[in-house]
Amino acid sequence: MPKGWKLLEGVVMADLAFEANGKDLNTLFENSALAVGSIMADLKSVTPALSKDISLEKEDVERLLYEFLSELVYLKDAEQLLFSEIKATVSKNNGWLLHAHLKGDKINPKMRLGTDVKAITLHKYEVKKGKAWTARVVVDV
Amino acid sequence: MNDELLRKFTRVSDVIWELPVSFKKGMLVPARIYGTESILKDMDDTVVEQLTNVACLPGIQKHALCMADGHSGYGFPIGGVAAFDPEKGIISPGGIGFDINCGMRLLKTNLTVEEVQPKIKELVDLLFKMVPSGVGGQGFVTLNSAQMKDVMRLGAKWCVGRGYGTEHDLEHIEENGVIPGADPSKVTQKALGRGIHQLGTLGSGNHYLEIQAVRKGEIFDKAAAKEMGIKEGQICVMVHCGSRGFGHQIASDYLGIFTEAMKKHKITVKDPELACAPFTSPEGQDYFKAMACAANMAFANRQVIVHQIREAFRHVFKDAKLETVYDVAHNIAKLETHLVGGKKKELLVHRKGATRCFKGQPVIIGGSMETGSYLLVGTEKSGETFGSTMHGAGRTMSRTKAKAAISGKKLQKDMEKRGIYVKTGSFSGLAEEAGFAYKDVSEVAKAMDIAGISKPVAALRPIGNIKG
Repeated sequence: MPKGWKLLEGVVMADLAFEANGKDLNTLFENSALAVGSIMADLKSVTPALSKDISLEKEDVERLLYEFLSELVYLKDAEQLLFSEIKATVSKNNGWLLHAHLKGDKINPKMRLGTDVKAITLHKYEVKKGKAWTARVVVDV
Repeated sequence: MNDELLRKFTRVSDVIWELPVSFKKGMLVPARIYGTESILKDMDDTVVEQLTNVACLPGIQKHALCMADGHSGYGFPIGGVAAFDPEKGIISPGGIGFDINCGMRLLKTNLTVEEVQPKIKELVDLLFKMVPSGVGGQGFVTLNSAQMKDVMRLGAKWCVGRGYGTEHDLEHIEENGVIPGADPSKVTQKALGRGIHQLGTLGSGNHYLEIQAVRKGEIFDKAAAKEMGIKEGQICVMVHCGSRGFGHQIASDYLGIFTEAMKKHKITVKDPELACAPFTSPEGQDYFKAMACAANMAFANRQVIVHQIREAFRHVFKDAKLETVYDVAHNIAKLETHLVGGKKKELLVHRKGATRCFKGQPVIIGGSMETGSYLLVGTEKSGETFGSTMHGAGRTMSRTKAKAAISGKKLQKDMEKRGIYVKTGSFSGLAEEAGFAYKDVSEVAKAMDIAGISKPVAALRPIGNIKG
């Protein structure tokens, strides 16, 4: 199965940009999270030894995805966690709700690490729905 | 840069290029780029877009500036310098960068390249163990919340109190290693949680710890070199890193706060990453106090790393002595006094990928890990850039292109053949930092020299590198 994200060329000079897609919001959120994780490590080397649940509510889908990805960056530093399996459920109530079930492990020498993500940025940030959902995200590395 | 855009610049001098306020609706001051014609031509178009957006921000003084190592960033370009009226102007996290007080430390040693080169592998391997780097790296200093708040308030001074440095170190750090006004109550628990384990860690991206030799025949200012204690063939150590996840989280937190605050203060900006608040507003003041906490954490971070470097050197070379030449920030905002219209005026100077270079002050310029670095000194003329100069070589190739052009393992082998021993936790990250992805640092330093802003003192060549 092809991966649901790719790095983009020509968007930023010193950092990294990716585009993620999904047939629905759940898949979009999952693929975006895998993209952020894959910049930081080869996710094949991240075993699903631990799990973590995240629940977020925001006024719109754009902000919800931004906060979700920022949470992954936070957990990488604060709890030393990287995730290789993501199950996301996005639903609309008054605002937009996310429940994510994440599986991964504490950073360890067995992991093939990549580039540290400092922050999710709003630079050229975009979430849109065409035939499928797509998100363009620039990360500060 | 495309030809149509190039034609819109007026050449002010050999190395200063100006766009007038008529270039874009809303510009309050002209935009100026420093560089030779070839440097200007090689800059990406987005630098112009971003710099002229900065020129539209409320309270900006004289010019929106981009140094010769400039390239596009978020909101502000990297290499950007902008000064604002503290009463009528704004403060913007985008003008400082996510990595608050990302900066450089240069140490000089009593060792020569002939003494160190034969033991470079042993030394670099030990440093790699003692100075954690890469994704999620954690340092050896264990802090509780109260101690972390002390670090926020006291910066490098906290480290010296703990035996991780000397008074001499403090005397050779910008602001003596402590930015005043830091208020930990303006920092979120999230930022504290991200940073509390990270004191003494390098991070990744373009951060590094490098063993360098002062190039023979390349001391350009003998008097300044003598005063700084720099000699040909001497071994130096350069450290490039910042406030780690702590600073990144503060920047992210306040970007969100400012996005909301702009509605209240009726400010509109041309890019969401230019989110800002009036400097005198509660939000602006809170960020300034939180930013100072991150800046102090960064000074402390580099100081703890220096302690580890000293330990590692003494393990390999029993009588090694390492003294700080200087430590300087290149991502920060500071209240400083500069001349505006011939009169002294207090300004809030934002430097994002730009180094303070007051007259006589050492300036540390990190080039690419393959080509080398520079020690410069600030001049009196630096007043025209609000006492600021370049901070590095500046990228000309994206990370994805660099990775496609060479593998990290091949680059490591190639560099070793050329006498540079590199140790990394991430080969993909290493490839991203290949020398060909950067401008020629010598040309950039020369441009700032021709401009009279900063003068080269000595060139340094790498012999060992730890890449995060």
